[in-house]
Amino acid sequence: MATKTDEMIPATEADAAVYRVIGTRPVRPDGVDKVTGRAIYGADVVLPRMVHGKVLRSPYAHARIVSIDTSEAEAIPGVLSVITSKDLPSVQATAKLGEGGEVNLGHLSGNVLAREKVLYQGHAIAAVAATSPHIAAEAVRKIRVQFEELPPVMDVRLAMEPGVTLLHDDLFTETAGEKAAQPSNVAAHLIAEEGDIEAGFAAAHLIVEREFTTATVHQGYIEPQNAVAEWRADGQLTVWCSTQGAFVVRSQLHSILQHPISQIKVVPTEIGGGFGGKIPVYLEPLAAVMSRKIGRPVKMTMDRAEVLMGTGPTPGTYVMVKMGVDRDGMITAAQSSMAFEAGAFPGSPVGAGVMTVFAPYAVKNVRIDGYDVVVNKPKSAAYRAPGATMAEYASETVVDEICRELGMDPVEFRRKNGAKEGDWRAFAPPYPRVGNLECLDATEASAHWRTPLERQGADGKLRGRGIASGYWFNVGLTSSCSGRLNGDGTVTLLEGSTDIGGTRASIAMQFAEAFGIEYEAVHPSVVDTDSVGFTEVTGGSRTTYATGLAAVELAKELQIRIKGELAKLWEVPADAIAANGAVFANNGKSLTLKEIAALMEENGLQIQAAITVSPTGSGGAFATHIADVEVDPETGKVDVIRYTAVQDAGKAIHPSYVEGQMQGGVVQGIGWALHEEYVYDEKGQLRNGSFLDYRIPTTLDTPLIETIIVEVPNPGHPYGVRGVGEVPIVPPPAAIANAIFDAVGVRLRDLPMSPRKVCAAVQAAAG
Amino acid sequence: MAATLMHGKVAVSATVNEEPVDFLCEPRESLLEVLRERLGLTGAKEGCNNGNCGACNVLMDGQLVNSCVVLGVECQGASLTTVEGIGTPALVPLQECFLQDAALQCGICTPGFLVSAKALLDHNPNPSEHEIRWWLAGNLCRCTGYDKIIRAVQHAAEQARTEG
Repeated sequence: MATKTDEMIPATEADAAVYRVIGTRPVRPDGVDKVTGRAIYGADVVLPRMVHGKVLRSPYAHARIVSIDTSEAEAIPGVLSVITSKDLPSVQATAKLGEGGEVNLGHLSGNVLAREKVLYQGHAIAAVAATSPHIAAEAVRKIRVQFEELPPVMDVRLAMEPGVTLLHDDLFTETAGEKAAQPSNVAAHLIAEEGDIEAGFAAAHLIVEREFTTATVHQGYIEPQNAVAEWRADGQLTVWCSTQGAFVVRSQLHSILQHPISQIKVVPTEIGGGFGGKIPVYLEPLAAVMSRKIGRPVKMTMDRAEVLMGTGPTPGTYVMVKMGVDRDGMITAAQSSMAFEAGAFPGSPVGAGVMTVFAPYAVKNVRIDGYDVVVNKPKSAAYRAPGATMAEYASETVVDEICRELGMDPVEFRRKNGAKEGDWRAFAPPYPRVGNLECLDATEASAHWRTPLERQGADGKLRGRGIASGYWFNVGLTSSCSGRLNGDGTVTLLEGSTDIGGTRASIAMQFAEAFGIEYEAVHPSVVDTDSVGFTEVTGGSRTTYATGLAAVELAKELQIRIKGELAKLWEVPADAIAANGAVFANNGKSLTLKEIAALMEENGLQIQAAITVSPTGSGGAFATHIADVEVDPETGKVDVIRYTAVQDAGKAIHPSYVEGQMQGGVVQGIGWALHEEYVYDEKGQLRNGSFLDYRIPTTLDTPLIETIIVEVPNPGHPYGVRGVGEVPIVPPPAAIANAIFDAVGVRLRDLPMSPRKVCAAVQAAAG
Repeated sequence: MAATLMHGKVAVSATVNEEPVDFLCEPRESLLEVLRERLGLTGAKEGCNNGNCGACNVLMDGQLVNSCVVLGVECQGASLTTVEGIGTPALVPLQECFLQDAALQCGICTPGFLVSAKALLDHNPNPSEHEIRWWLAGNLCRCTGYDKIIRAVQHAAEQARTEG
């Protein structure tokens, strides 16, 4: 096992600003609850008189629903309610889902309960509430549905062909705002263009054009979806659930149920992983409707097979990449065409694929086409840097091939062509300050890169090393915090962002830094939609950036209010009072925050404030990864034996959680690269609907993941924060593919690079 | 001897976290359901309900089991330890190391990892990295990439050895 190194590299001396709290590694506020089993997740919620719901799911990938007979199910003792799509209002509108993009609510509602057709195996058809989950499950089996089977459309490229079976007869390809005349499975065609690619390719000394495919994969969070809904007789609906965004659940419930926002409260519980998959609602509306019907709280949880069959996977894709370079290794033109499976309803992250495919490079002549395509698979949802991993797997593998052809060092090629401040990027203004080149420098200087690889493993195994870069743009969006100064000088901090990986800590740390108090004196809570301002989802690597910014602004606002009260007390203008950390002073008089807090309490005053921000200065994140693999040419099995992730975090608020995001993203990327996939048969039946058949990585599949945090501050945040959560999943498939080539001389252009495919490629190459 | 009562439920007597406990359950209920739904011990989590993920790990007469694939009625006379039985009232070094080393992100798999790692350290106080990985291969975590979990268990073992 390699020696483990973790490093932090500030970009310049000036960037290494000295902070009191930021950059330290305190224990997270919710830590004790989570190591003692006390933390309450969605499935742990228990209410008096609560009953249990289960869902009937489609056995077919594509079929018309002829009839549904619920009478036998309703007759079972203990069954209280059976609902179908008839129990949901018919809705047509679009709504924004933050990182999840824009969604047609008719589609969202139709995904929650199928209407005329089922569009994938696992599509919900009906739901049952009963006095026990076992009775509900029995009743589900007694619902009789008559289907008329239709041909399933499972392949993204076949789905685009003329004359193929259509999933929706009212779907028309939209290109630059124009809708096509004939219906199609292609929902949208996106185009990003700059310069003149024909001239660029004409000027090239070398052109490499390759096609790539990637399998449908799942976010694989360990906690299945869940919801508890209580609909009171006065119309007040409260929903407890594990979600990445309580307000986004509220919006979706409002739209699907046509129920006023003011009558819906969403209480976000602790959440057991999301990675983008816990943005859309699935069970929440069903539990709500059944609760309304029977007047009791209804709890629903999915089992693992339901999670895999019924919730958002990330798309399988086809990506073509063509790049031209001159004799010096400068890119003259770059072109890509990519088609993403949206699943049963439009809305794949192909736009983000377009935005990221050539993002690490300064490209002057470029054209990128993206297609959003419906197929008979579950409606895709966001998954960590949605769209980027598949796109950059293709481009970073082509770049490696070019480096080999030219005999150029892969770090040097990337640095020579590397995107930096002011360079063009797709669908966004030119780059602000970014840390792409700094990551490459840190990669080159790393112990891993400088340690030669022993090429021979044991038992005839062969080793290789590869690198790949990755980019994710990160987002801002709306975040809120509110806070109160308590009588003992501590602060109660209320946050709208659900905490999936330590954001209570990273937000409280920024507040403590800005307010001049100790981290331990800040008591953060994630609260419900009635108790804090609107906040977008925890996703898009935005929470530590945007909600952190809200906390910083909140600290400033609380200081202003304290000065206002002191101004009255001291009879001086508020702006004559200086705040130095937790000490407020004017003309020789001074009070500490603790003294002020006690004074306010004595006088019956409460210092409190609420802040909402919608920042636009989110800074994109670059990463470069180094992978060493060992390939068994006999079996095709690939083991990752050493791995280093280099990433620009802007500023690491809590370095342990930044490292954790990097390591977690890398291991998801390793799973995606080597063994995760949805295996479908020709009828569209998922054949591996369990954790170990789907095959997420275990402790035995991964080495320790070395991290190097580069800090190039984001000018759009007072402490320089960029998002960190998403980009680490982007480089692993390409880094591993490039390492496999280095080991055994074959290019794998189809994910996952499973033993069967590697073995076949090695054998084919040997003739 | 377990007795069958009306409504098809069975009476079971067991010891849970060193306290005597009597409960009624249907023969088809798993130990995980009994712990969570009947005894209010929601520390054990359901991730897969088929023994794949280890989030529901508990100790049954000292043996590490997936409580989702043990029936409640099989627990007559058994002594069970759940995550709630570890570190009450003060945290044990394993829990402290999980916190200090940031070995959890969402925390849903953490109870299973803690119970599993406790079982490992109870019988092997000086495990190698590979032994830790081998033992914990039945516990899935999707957030951490396992790195910080492995280190937390290593640190807990080190602490126990220096203190012991």
